[in-house]
Amino acid sequence: MGVRDSGFVGIETKNETGLITTRLDEIVRWGRKNSLWPLPFGTACCAIEFMGVVSSKFDISRFGAELVRFSPRQSDMILVAGTINYKLAPVLKKIYDQIAEPKYVISMGACACSGGFYDNYATVQGIDQIIPVDVFIPGCPPRPEAILHAVMKLQERIDKEPVPKRGVHRRHEVVEKFRDN
Amino acid sequence: MATKETPKHDALVAELKNRFGAKILDVDRSYDDCAVVVEKGAIHDVLAFLKNERRFNLLLDVAGVDCMKLPTFRERFEVVYMLYSIPDDLRVRVEVPVSELDMDVPTATDLWKSANWGEREAFEMFGFNFVGHPCLKRLLTHHEFVGHPLRKDYPLMGGQWCATTSDMTEELNEPR
Repeated sequence: MGVRDSGFVGIETKNETGLITTRLDEIVRWGRKNSLWPLPFGTACCAIEFMGVVSSKFDISRFGAELVRFSPRQSDMILVAGTINYKLAPVLKKIYDQIAEPKYVISMGACACSGGFYDNYATVQGIDQIIPVDVFIPGCPPRPEAILHAVMKLQERIDKEPVPKRGVHRRHEVVEKFRDN
Repeated sequence: MATKETPKHDALVAELKNRFGAKILDVDRSYDDCAVVVEKGAIHDVLAFLKNERRFNLLLDVAGVDCMKLPTFRERFEVVYMLYSIPDDLRVRVEVPVSELDMDVPTATDLWKSANWGEREAFEMFGFNFVGHPCLKRLLTHHEFVGHPLRKDYPLMGGQWCATTSDMTEELNEPR
């Protein structure tokens, strides 16, 4: 099969074990993982912990994620920090939809990962019920080191994925197809 | 069981009983608190007396109780007003048994402005109808939520999805 059929840039052959990628893919991936601009969707205490991570002692800027942009149009990673309740769920979905591809989601803290200790009529039991999540950070709140570890894990994940043709495929669907568990 | 003497509460309870007689159904003095159970018909008079003549100028909260699972109770619901007097440094709790069949309760918003949102929350969570409230609508739950979640017959983990966002334009454009 040819490159044009699959629609992917830079994939030369496809076989069961993996992909052969070109230098261009590597450059794109390097650029993406080292310039993750987070959108801190902070609703509760985890947002305060994230503020600690962006300040000088723990310094997320080392990983290129220094520019926090509170607009979905200007960021590429949404970091959900805090409790999401059913009232806020459609807002979160809307904000996530407004981020341009490729977008990444980090779910920070117990409340965002699974509802935390709020198992009641108001709290969504995990944001993965609303949006696809790349990295979960457990903790209440997670240590700043854990958040940096999550950013590093996300960078590792970005390193492994194929770079799809612009505008054609949604990133999460592509990653699902090529996931090697 | 009271652990210390609270003479100011003694005086207040004696005065309430003197003034309202049989409308004060019960007095609870356990744990150094003072709680007065008042009949629903007299509740506005009791609250007005406490605010205007006994200087209870701070209404801390309006709460509701669903007594369905308790061993004994007068009526299924109770509305609880928590009052504090800043000049006298005194707290008192006023409880009103409310039947499930008649959920109308006179509002306290004419006495304390903080009763506005307190009663809205009690209405949202239990379903009390505060007669005379300027704006009795939901406060915390989303606009597609159905039911009164703090009632005992509402499922404990009963979350309800909300599919649409709601903005605050109608609240912002409301007349003061």
